[in-house]
Amino acid sequence: MIALAFWLFATLTVASAVMVISARNTVHSVLFLIFCFFNAAGLFVLLGAEFLAMILVVVYVGAVAVLFLFVVMMLDIDFTELRQGFLRYLPVGIVVGVVLCVEIVFVFKTWILNPDMATVAAAVTPPLDQISNTQALGSLIYTHYVYAFQASGLILLVAMIGAIMLTHRARVGVRKQTISTQVARKREDAVTVVKVPTGEGI
Amino acid sequence: MAEIGLNHYLVLAAIVFTLGICGIFLNRKNVIVILMSVELMLLAVNINFVAFSSFLHDMVGQVFTMFVLTVAAAEAAIGLAILMVYFRNRGTIAVEDINMMKG
Repeated sequence: MIALAFWLFATLTVASAVMVISARNTVHSVLFLIFCFFNAAGLFVLLGAEFLAMILVVVYVGAVAVLFLFVVMMLDIDFTELRQGFLRYLPVGIVVGVVLCVEIVFVFKTWILNPDMATVAAAVTPPLDQISNTQALGSLIYTHYVYAFQASGLILLVAMIGAIMLTHRARVGVRKQTISTQVARKREDAVTVVKVPTGEGI
Repeated sequence: MAEIGLNHYLVLAAIVFTLGICGIFLNRKNVIVILMSVELMLLAVNINFVAFSSFLHDMVGQVFTMFVLTVAAAEAAIGLAILMVYFRNRGTIAVEDINMMKG
């Protein structure tokens, strides 16, 4: 059953990854990327990393892929024009890809894991029936890896500030309420008391 | 159907990683697809991390995957922000037009 699920998720992951790089329409590419991440989340569940699977769905599908979708739809570009040269680069792309893939697979096939590997584990996974994956992960990142965890928070903060700084633009000609000018306004600037002589007018 | 071992996951990750590299080769003009290919490569790395973590019973792989996810999200946000600014200034996102800093 697990084997069947693995083959299903793996096939769909690879197929949607192929579609991401070969789809004619960039919006379709983004949608296939979302599908690819969903299937990878399924693989993570099979591997017993439930928390990461949910993070993958929430962060990637919910935030990153939707961000891609927004940007693709906001840019007014003729994407078919950008696809020119696809066929020209197809042979070299396939050659490089196949060579690289075969090389990596050879590495995996020939290399043998250290038999003592289980004894050198930095943090042994507790059995799943005693403690859940989320709890085990949390008890690690808030103790041994708390500085790295805080640093990753800082990375996100810097990314947020950077993205806002880059894309923010001050628009001219927009009437906005500025509270400080309103508060700093004095009575003398706004009101003048004029003595009007009786019966003459101004 | 054979038992699914570590090697199955590693080969899958290798294929996804290679597809990411092929995507960069094939879509040399479209920055958005290049960014998505980078995301695919990071996903392959994450599959490797989680597979090792699961088969060696070591939680640290999953901790590191979380950090990779964080950095990947930050990278996507900054990359797309740069893309937006570039498009606003030049009206195109073709890679070969990005040569204003050429000396």
